[in-house]
Amino acid sequence: MVRFENVGLRYGMGTEILKDISFAIEPQSFQFLTGPSGAGKTTLLRLILLSLRPTRGLISLFGRDALSLDKAAITDLRRRIGVVFQDFRLLDHLTTYENVALPLRVRGKEEASYRAEVTELLRWVGLGDRMHILPPVLSGGEKQRAVIARALIVRPALLLADEPTGNVDPSLARRLLRLFTELHKSGTSVVIATHDLALMDQFDGARRLVLGDGRLHIFD
Amino acid sequence: MNMFAEAWGRVKAILGVKSGPGIGRDQALVPASSIAGRALVTVVAIMTFLASLAAGAAILIGDASSAWQDQVAREMTIQIRPTAGRDIEADSAKAAQLAEKTPGVAAARAYTKDQSEALLQPWLGAGLDLSELPVPRLITVSLTPKTRLDATALRRTLAAAIPGASLDDHRLWLERLAVMARTVVAGAAVIFALVLVAMVLAVAFATRGAMAGNREIIEILHYVGAADAYISRQFQRRFFRLGLRGGAIGAGAAIISFLALSTVSSWWRATPSGEQVDVMFGDFNLSPNVYAAIILIAAAVAILTGYVSRTIVFRHLRDLT
Ligand SMILES: Nc1ncnc2c1ncn2[C@@H]1O[C@H](COP(=O)(O)OP(=O)(O)OP(=O)(O)O)[C@@H](O)[C@H]1O
Ligand SMILES: [Mg+2]
Repeated sequence: MVRFENVGLRYGMGTEILKDISFAIEPQSFQFLTGPSGAGKTTLLRLILLSLRPTRGLISLFGRDALSLDKAAITDLRRRIGVVFQDFRLLDHLTTYENVALPLRVRGKEEASYRAEVTELLRWVGLGDRMHILPPVLSGGEKQRAVIARALIVRPALLLADEPTGNVDPSLARRLLRLFTELHKSGTSVVIATHDLALMDQFDGARRLVLGDGRLHIFD
Repeated sequence: MNMFAEAWGRVKAILGVKSGPGIGRDQALVPASSIAGRALVTVVAIMTFLASLAAGAAILIGDASSAWQDQVAREMTIQIRPTAGRDIEADSAKAAQLAEKTPGVAAARAYTKDQSEALLQPWLGAGLDLSELPVPRLITVSLTPKTRLDATALRRTLAAAIPGASLDDHRLWLERLAVMARTVVAGAAVIFALVLVAMVLAVAFATRGAMAGNREIIEILHYVGAADAYISRQFQRRFFRLGLRGGAIGAGAAIISFLALSTVSSWWRATPSGEQVDVMFGDFNLSPNVYAAIILIAAAVAILTGYVSRTIVFRHLRDLT
C-alpha cells in the first residue's frame, strides 16, 4: 500500500538526509522503522503522509502516484492513515475527549454517533478519568496515549506511529504495543518508528526497516 | 423530515446551540482567543453604524424630496402685477376663471387683497396700510394628476387676456430640487460603498492574522483528514458570529440614533419655527424603510464577514502545499 522507489530528500540546500530509499509496505503487515536519532525516521514518515515532497524518486500510496494528487485526493488518502506524532500535536484548547474525537468530527459525523466509541477507547488506553482535561495539564505519557487513541479511532488502513512509547514506563509500553498488534490483527498495516530495542524484542517476528547514513536496510 | 432536521442542525451549529447532553462542548476548532475578536467586532460595529447612517440619510432625503416634488408639481401660481388703468380685482377673478376652464386644472384660488397682505405681514409687519403699495395678486392653481396641463397654452391665453399676468410652473425649483436630492443620495451611496470596502479589508486582515496564529491547528486538522472546505467553514462560522455581533451593535446604535432624531424633530416641529421647517421639508417622517434597510445592512454585514473570511482561508489553503 506504500511504495517508495529511489526516493531522495534534502531539506533546503542541505545534504541529502534520505538517499535512494526503496521499499514497500504491504497490506496487513507489521514493521518497525529504526535507526539512530537524526537518521530520518520522522522525515520518512512525513514523506508517507505527503507533508513533505521528495527531491527525487517516486512514491505511490494505495496504488496511486502520490506526487500528482490534487488536494481532495490527498485528504482522501490521509483519512485512511492514522498518525501518532512524536511531538503529539494535540489541540490545546480541546479536551482529551474532543481531541480523540477530532478525526470523526472533521469527517462531519454527529457527536452522538461516536460518543460511546470514543469513551470506550479512552478507557482502554487508561484515560477514562482524563476525558475532560485539556492537554497542557496531561502528563507526557497521557498525551502519548491520547495521540494514539486519536490515530486509532478511525480504524485506519495504515498506522504510522513515531516513537509511540517514548514517554511511558515499560509496562504501559507493553500495553500500547499490544494495542498496535491487536490493530494489526484486525487488518491494519502498522509502522512503528522507534529506537527502543526492548520494545522491538517483544515482537520478534516483525520486519525491521533500519535507517543509517541516509540509506534503508531491510531485515525481514 | 430528515432534510428539516439536517437544516436545523446546521442552524444550531452556526448559532452555537448545543444539541443534547453531549460530552463534547462543540468547542470551536478555531480558538476564540486566536482571533482579534473584540477589535474586529468594534470595527464592524462602527462600519455598520456609518453605513446605516449613510443609507438612512439617503432614504430620508429621497423620500422628502419626492414628497416635496409631488406637492410642488401639483401646483402652479399665476401672478398679476398691478397695471395702471386696470382693475386688479377683476383681472384676478378673470384669470382664475380662465385657469379653471383649462383642462388639467382642478381648482384656481385667487388670494383677496386681505389675504395677500396677510402673506406679506411677516416681512412688512402688521398694521401697515398696503392699499397704496402695488402689491401683486397671486392665484394658486392646483392641478389634477390625471390630465397634463399645457402650461404654454395657458400662459398664452393669460397673456392675451390680461396684461401683467404671468404663470410660474415651478419648473426651475423642481429641477434644482431634483439635482440636489440626487447629489445627496449619490454622495451617500459613495460613502456607503467606501465603508463597505473598508470593512471587507478589515475582515481580510483579521482573517489573515487568525490564520497565521492558527497555522499549527490548520496543519493538525489536515493530518486528521479535514478537507479545505471544512477548515474554511470553521473560520467562516467564527467570523460570521463576530460579524453578527458587530452588525447588531452598529445597527442598534443607528436605529437608536434615528429614533432620537425623529423624536427631537417631532418636538421641534411643535414650535412655531418648526412649522416653517415642516413646510420646507414636508413631513420629516422616518419611514419604516429606514429601519428595514438598517436591519438588512446588519444581516448583510454578518454574511459578508463570514463569506470574506471563508474565501480568504480557502484561497490560502489552496495555495498551501
Ligand atoms: N524541517 C527541517 N529542516 C531542516 N532539517 C531538518 C528538518 N527536519 C529534520 N531535519 C533534519 O533531518 C535529519 C533527520 O531528522 P528526523 O527528525 O527525520 O530524525 P529522526 O530519525 O526522526 O530522529 P529522532 O529519533 O531523534 O526522532 C536531522 O538531522 C534533522 O536535523
Ligand atoms: Mg523523529
